[in-house]
This record gives sequence, structure tokens and C-alpha cells, in this order.
Amino acid sequence: MSFINYSAREINCKIVFYGPGLGGKTTNLQYIYKKTNPESKGKMISLATESERTLFFDFLPLALGTIKGFKVRFHLYTVPGQVFYDASRKLILKGVDGVVFVADSQAERLEANIESVENLRKNLQEQGYSLDGLPFVVQYNKRDLPSAVSVEELNQTLNPKGAPFFEAVAPQGRGVFETLKEIAKQVILQIKKGS
Amino acid sequence: MPDPGLIMYEEEFKQIDAELHRLHQQANAKVAFLVDKNGQLIASVGETENLDTTSLASLTAGNIAATGGMAKLLGEKDFSVLFHEGERDNIHISLIGRVILVVIFDQRSSLGLVRLRVKKSAEMLAQILQRILQKVEQTKAPSGAGGPGKEQPKSPFAEITEDDIEKLFG
Repeated sequence: MSFINYSAREINCKIVFYGPGLGGKTTNLQYIYKKTNPESKGKMISLATESERTLFFDFLPLALGTIKGFKVRFHLYTVPGQVFYDASRKLILKGVDGVVFVADSQAERLEANIESVENLRKNLQEQGYSLDGLPFVVQYNKRDLPSAVSVEELNQTLNPKGAPFFEAVAPQGRGVFETLKEIAKQVILQIKKGS
Repeated sequence: MPDPGLIMYEEEFKQIDAELHRLHQQANAKVAFLVDKNGQLIASVGETENLDTTSLASLTAGNIAATGGMAKLLGEKDFSVLFHEGERDNIHISLIGRVILVVIFDQRSSLGLVRLRVKKSAEMLAQILQRILQKVEQTKAPSGAGGPGKEQPKSPFAEITEDDIEKLFG
């Protein structure tokens, strides 16, 4: 959960990008890294296999600015999407303040999306969280691909509770910052609520 | 229930900083730092100018989380101490409740000395952290009971507006 440091006048929040393998979670972080001013970002760390599949997590620290005199830092993490890395996914969800679910819009990945969102729910529950009580944003990635399923259908299947959602083409940056902004907003409002 | 968010106050931060300075000096270490289990850096002392402490904090927490997962598979509660030996620098990592103490040292010190000093500092740090938790509880109690709580310090975040958030993204 968020870490508020009155001495350093900082708020630190943890945002996790979740979703099926090869859905574009790492690409989201890479785009954010590429487009953020050097003074606002730290080093991006990717613990990946030799074939660039996420093995443990990607990590990107961002310091976007100040609110009420407090520097607001977001620590962005991705989880490894491949099914068999479930133990690692659980660890990364510890202390999460907000979740972005990066769905792969392609029809052939619908099953993988459903499995991943169920996995997210289950893993959060194990930690004592509920997806419905947590800042949550859905991103429908790969909208440019020909087999992309309609957003209505994706919403029905993956987002029945109607969380804010964005269409995206992550390598080109479409929808990436919109998603980040929405989850950041929800996380900060949650801190406000808890204060 | 998940852990409540960690809050650090000025007074306890100074105490933690002083304890880390003492440890850094007595263990002859290069760097000593304290990290929340979720990967947030709490405080650091020593030769940190050329060190990416934010990344180190996140990786340390990942490391502790991964070995913690291994421990559970073996029926252990936790592995409370980790040690990584390098050609020049070594890292000693120890778990103190919900925080992690990390000491980086080279040939000017030794594992034995670091272990000894870490053990002493861990007790002190655990006490300080306990005091923080008590303080957080006390601060939260009045509003939880439904009353306005007259001595409760006002949170600076209670008045955050959508405008403040918009400004973050320029």
C-alpha cells in the first residue's frame, strides 16, 4: 500500500500492470519510459528471459510532480503474463495500490484474457484485497490488429463492473498515457479517501 | 486484510536515520538502507551518490519476496537473512518485520562484523517501527470511532482536488 513519508514529504504508490502473456504490459512501461522527461523517471528494470519474456517483473519509478507540497512517486510494475509464473505474480501484487489490466484485443486471445482476469481476482483475494475495492483500469490493447474483438464484447466479458477502460496500441503510444493518468487519479483519490 | 499503508513521521525518520548512520559506521559498511517489503525506499546512508537506490530497493523487495515464497514451499515461515557475495562488494539483507535492512560492504569489513552489527541495529529499528505503528493506530482511532477526534492532525491529502491531479500530468 502507499507509503507516506512526512519527513521527506513524499507519497509513494505502487501500480501493477496485469494481463495475459504477450499482451503488451512491458510495452506500456517502455513507452512511458521513452516519453517521460529524464528528471521525472528512474531507470527501467526488466527481469526478463533471453527471449525478452518477463521472468519476474519490470519496474519503472516515476516522479510526476507535487500535490499539497508532497512529491508524488509512482512505482510501476508489470507481472510475468505466462500462466506458469503464477507464484511470481502473487508476490508482485503485494502492497499494490492500483491495477491496470492490459487485455489483448485479438479474438484468439479472449480465453487467455478471461483466465488472466480470473487469476487476478483470485490472487488479490489471497492477499486480502478485492478487485472491486481497488483502483482498477482496463486497457484494450492491440486495437490495430485485424482480429480485434469489439470493445463492447470485451467489456461484457472482461469488465462487467464497468471500470474505466481505454483502447490502446501500446507500441505507438495510443491510450498508454490515458490509462496511466486514470489509474494515477484513482490511486490518489483513494489516498484522499483514506486520509 | 492487507497491510495498511506505511506512514513515516519526522521524529521516527530521524531516529531511523541515526540508527542507520551508527550501523554504517560501526559495521564499516559502504551503504546501509531500509526498504519497505513492498519495495519503497525508507532511508539510506553512506556512499549512495552513484547508486540507484530506488532500483535497489525494488529488487531487494523482489528478492525477499521470492525467497519468502521458497521458504513457504519448504514449510518455513521466512528466510530472514540473505547474503550475496561479489568480487568487490557484498550485500547483506535481513528481514525486520515488515521492513528490510540492507548493508553493502567490501573488503574493509567482514561478514562476521556486519552480522553482529546488523543484529544490534535490527532490535533498535524494530522498536522504532513499533512506535510508528502505534502512532498510526492512534491517529486513525478517533475517526474510526465516528468522533471528530480533536487532537487528530489534519491530513494534507484530505483536500486534494481533481485539479491537483491534472497538474501532475502537465
